[in-house]
Amino acid sequence: MAKKVLLEKAHIKGIRAYDVYKAQGGYASVEKALKMDPAAIVEEVKKSGLRGRGGAGFPTGMKWSFLAKPEGVPRYLVCNADESEPGTFKDRYLMEFLPHLLIEGLIVSSFALGSNSTYIYIRGEYAWIVNILEQAIEEAKQHGYLGKNILNTGFDCEIYVQRGAGAYICGEETALIESLEGKRGNPRIKPPFPAIKGLWDCPTVVNNVETIAAVVPIINMGGEEYAKIGVGRSTGTKLLSACGNINKPGVYEIDMTISVEEFIFSDEYCGGIPNGKRLKACIPGGSSVPILPANLLLKTAKGETRYMNYESLSDGGFATGSMMGSGGFIVLDEDQCIVRHTMSLARFYRHESCGQCSPCREGTGWMEKILTKIENGKGQSSDIDLLWDIQRKIEGNTICPLGDAAAWPVAAAIRHFRDEFEWHVNNPSLCLTENYGLAHYADELSIVS
Amino acid sequence: MLKFSDNKLKEVKKIIDRYPQGKQKSALIPLLHMAQSEFGGWLSPESMDYIASLLTIDPIEVYEVATFYSMYNLQPVGKHVFEVCQTGPCMLNGSDNIINYIKTKLNIGVGETTEDGLFTLKTVECLGACGYAPMMQLGDHYREHLTKEKVDAIIEECRGKE
Amino acid sequence: MAEEVKKIKVTIDNITIDVPMGTTILQAARMIGGDVVPPAMCYYSKLQGSGGKCRTCLVEVSKGSEADPRPMPKLVASCRTGVMDGMEVKNMTSPRVEDARNGVVEFLLLNHPLDCPICDQAGECHLQDLGYEHGKEGTRYEFKRRTFDKHDLGPYIQLHMTRCILCYRCVYTADQLTDKRVHGVLSRGDHSEIATHIEKSLDNNFIGNVIDVCPVGALTDKTFRFKNRVWFTKPMSAHRDCKCCSGKVTLWQRGEDVLRVTARKDQWGEVEEWICNECRFEKKNTADWIIEGPTQVNRHSVISQGHYEHVLKPTETFSAVHGGRKPKLLMDIHSVSEVNDPSVDLSLINGSATGEVFNHPTKTQE
Ligand SMILES: Cc1cc2nc3c(=O)[nH]c(=O)nc-3n(C[C@H](O)[C@H](O)[C@H](O)COP(=O)(O)O)c2cc1C
Ligand code: SF4
Ligand code: SF4
Ligand code: FES
Ligand code: FES
Repeated sequence: MAKKVLLEKAHIKGIRAYDVYKAQGGYASVEKALKMDPAAIVEEVKKSGLRGRGGAGFPTGMKWSFLAKPEGVPRYLVCNADESEPGTFKDRYLMEFLPHLLIEGLIVSSFALGSNSTYIYIRGEYAWIVNILEQAIEEAKQHGYLGKNILNTGFDCEIYVQRGAGAYICGEETALIESLEGKRGNPRIKPPFPAIKGLWDCPTVVNNVETIAAVVPIINMGGEEYAKIGVGRSTGTKLLSACGNINKPGVYEIDMTISVEEFIFSDEYCGGIPNGKRLKACIPGGSSVPILPANLLLKTAKGETRYMNYESLSDGGFATGSMMGSGGFIVLDEDQCIVRHTMSLARFYRHESCGQCSPCREGTGWMEKILTKIENGKGQSSDIDLLWDIQRKIEGNTICPLGDAAAWPVAAAIRHFRDEFEWHVNNPSLCLTENYGLAHYADELSIVS
Repeated sequence: MLKFSDNKLKEVKKIIDRYPQGKQKSALIPLLHMAQSEFGGWLSPESMDYIASLLTIDPIEVYEVATFYSMYNLQPVGKHVFEVCQTGPCMLNGSDNIINYIKTKLNIGVGETTEDGLFTLKTVECLGACGYAPMMQLGDHYREHLTKEKVDAIIEECRGKE
Repeated sequence: MAEEVKKIKVTIDNITIDVPMGTTILQAARMIGGDVVPPAMCYYSKLQGSGGKCRTCLVEVSKGSEADPRPMPKLVASCRTGVMDGMEVKNMTSPRVEDARNGVVEFLLLNHPLDCPICDQAGECHLQDLGYEHGKEGTRYEFKRRTFDKHDLGPYIQLHMTRCILCYRCVYTADQLTDKRVHGVLSRGDHSEIATHIEKSLDNNFIGNVIDVCPVGALTDKTFRFKNRVWFTKPMSAHRDCKCCSGKVTLWQRGEDVLRVTARKDQWGEVEEWICNECRFEKKNTADWIIEGPTQVNRHSVISQGHYEHVLKPTETFSAVHGGRKPKLLMDIHSVSEVNDPSVDLSLINGSATGEVFNHPTKTQE
């Protein structure tokens, strides 16, 4: 049984309420942290090796230490609960079941960073979770963990929940800040980075929900102890949201030592693929990361077992690997059509582009149109090369990483499933009624050393 | 003239107080949500101008924001809006069938409203419920693991509220 | 006394120059001048916050600085990236830049109607210039081009949204020059458009400047529409005593008629001094102005193909005009744009020419 440090108590009856949460040892980290020096808390987080759980995996302690601290200027902590990457629904689970864990983490982090007004920016569709969080905030306030002069330390802190209104791009931290300022969610041009000039031009840290929650066990057990969980630079536990064609979709906490195969097939996690179907492909870290065919998913190109951690998932780079991303684990069985799935993701990115910069605004729509054409049996083989060229011209040339996020799924689909695209082009009527199927995508690969 | 009730105006004040002095524009998105639910499920130019006046900002600043975010309806919608997710993970679990089923059952296309003004069908992109697919958003809540039978039941439930 | 600003060294396409700290790569390139200057479709030095959006000015930073010589992994927007001491930048000399810029130009032209033959901006359009330099022949886009609902912006300014490249310059102009902005960017992604949402006219006294900042023919002068082609008019520098602005303008004349008044522009196509609506729209008599003499037009512009005094002789070859570089024909507009069907007599259309009109050549709009 893997070690759980976040969701361990998620299923205790009534844990959503303060009393039960407190009785289970809740808010101990606040008691402990508020007696520490803020810099010492940052130090603990550094020692823990915690990496941002929002997708980029940037070391949290390092991010915190970049925060500018000019005299007389407020600093802000903003919690990113925008969670809109297809395949990702872990933050929702955490907030729904353990709202106090997030609030507890936010109090400690706000203290460490010196944020007296902390905002949770939550995607607008999670309307009912707003109520759950506001209830938890109210309870924490009643018990003296929020408000003025918390635990007689002189530290004041308020937490506010801000609802978005439907825009994936507002998960990008500078778009989020713009949105929180009441504007369109247009990502800012960096530099300056939020750590210098963020919310209302003040130094700001934006962290994912899970990142903030992980601060609680880090303070409770100490950074060094936390770093012992996991492997290498993948320390601690990671929440994964598994979906697609699996028997047990849901949110799992793993300690990053298990293999991909175990995660998909063991009953403790995804429980295998329904109806005796075989595994065709998987997007292991949310829709933006490269899709891998079954053979490259379970084993790296070197023939080694692939594990569920940052390093192993990205083993082989984009040529033969993928990424941990946001932990949205999407499984495709042998009946699924890669072209169709890629088309749906292209549609998503076209819909979510803010439209500020030309490669993303124009390129995402173009890719969607070509993919739709191929999917509808109207494609030509030159379309596949054209798609490749378009994604290449978007990637790296845009204001924010949404451009890359739109390019990568298309690139990976063509890279690994080119013959399925060609099959569509060569069988314009057949592809309307039949799927290419599993083909050779699960075959053992010859090992390149 | 549109106007929030006194109770709502108190709520408005509370929201504005969350932000530092002079940063009241930050309340725009929450206030537009409020306007949409108070004034008939959509944002008419009048309600947007009203919000602009509450926040002392130019109306264009409100229009720019209202047209950016997908949750705001800029046209009148039916009483119950079925927002069905069509993104990859939901598609893997049959969202296309659900969308088609609703279309035939209610005899409307995507983006359309039934003649009696009760239902509007919208397709939306991933709502963060991919593990519970197929799914739709109905008002402030999610309806998950949709089947044809569940869709039938939801439609009956909505009709029952009349 | 102002403190001496520290000078730092930057090298662009192997040319080294000393610039003050805080200079952007684009500004530094403009100080050098010539071919090392990246094209800029959205940046406007006089508009705060502009730039970063169109991505035409992407350059490669092959050396970050003396202190940290690592190259920057991605191409950067030169208009929004500050130079560091010892930085080395590649613009013309980088194949990566050329490749990316060709991509950007293709993206910008993707949904562009290519209705240059009937566009008032033709001849002074920055997208046209850019297309000549970086465009490919023919388009790879085979889908229907985007169209928008028509918006009326009042008596002075004509909006052709299909031509807009969403540079945001007109939005910054309204924000920074007028006290109440009534137009902006609405909707999102590829549906984004410049509009007012509910029909409103743009009538602030300085709003006419949006016409001059617009790099394409999306915002044009209604009082000049279809009066003439830019290259048949003669630009003259002139001024008048104006209560609200400098009164320094360029008159675009044909014979003795003043067909159009614009602000004066510098060699980068940027307005030198903003002018008011009265000067721009109301003073159309030579008698209103004190004429200084012919305006020198930048030879890189397509306008300079005309027959101005002191400028180019029409006998000059195209490649000479382009500083020795071979001109690349952007694309055969007749074959790619439905609005350029040569069988349609353009002079018969008195409204804006859209695909609609061309599909039904007998129907005229407006
Ligand atoms: C298009 C886009 C969408 C993003 N969406 C989210 C999101 O929904 N939630 C999130 O936590 N981070 C998201 N991110 C990452 C954030 O920009 C940021 O890196 C993250 O919130 C930092 O938190 P962390 O360091 O705790 O991971 C997104 C990034 C991009 C480019
Ligand atoms: S990459 Fe896309 S989402 Fe990001 S700023 Fe550019 S247009 Fe907007
Ligand atoms: S109308 Fe002109 S100035 Fe305004 S955004 Fe479009 S291209 Fe730029
Ligand atoms: S894909 Fe439908 S909720 Fe995520
Ligand atoms: S001019 Fe630099 S990005 Fe447009």
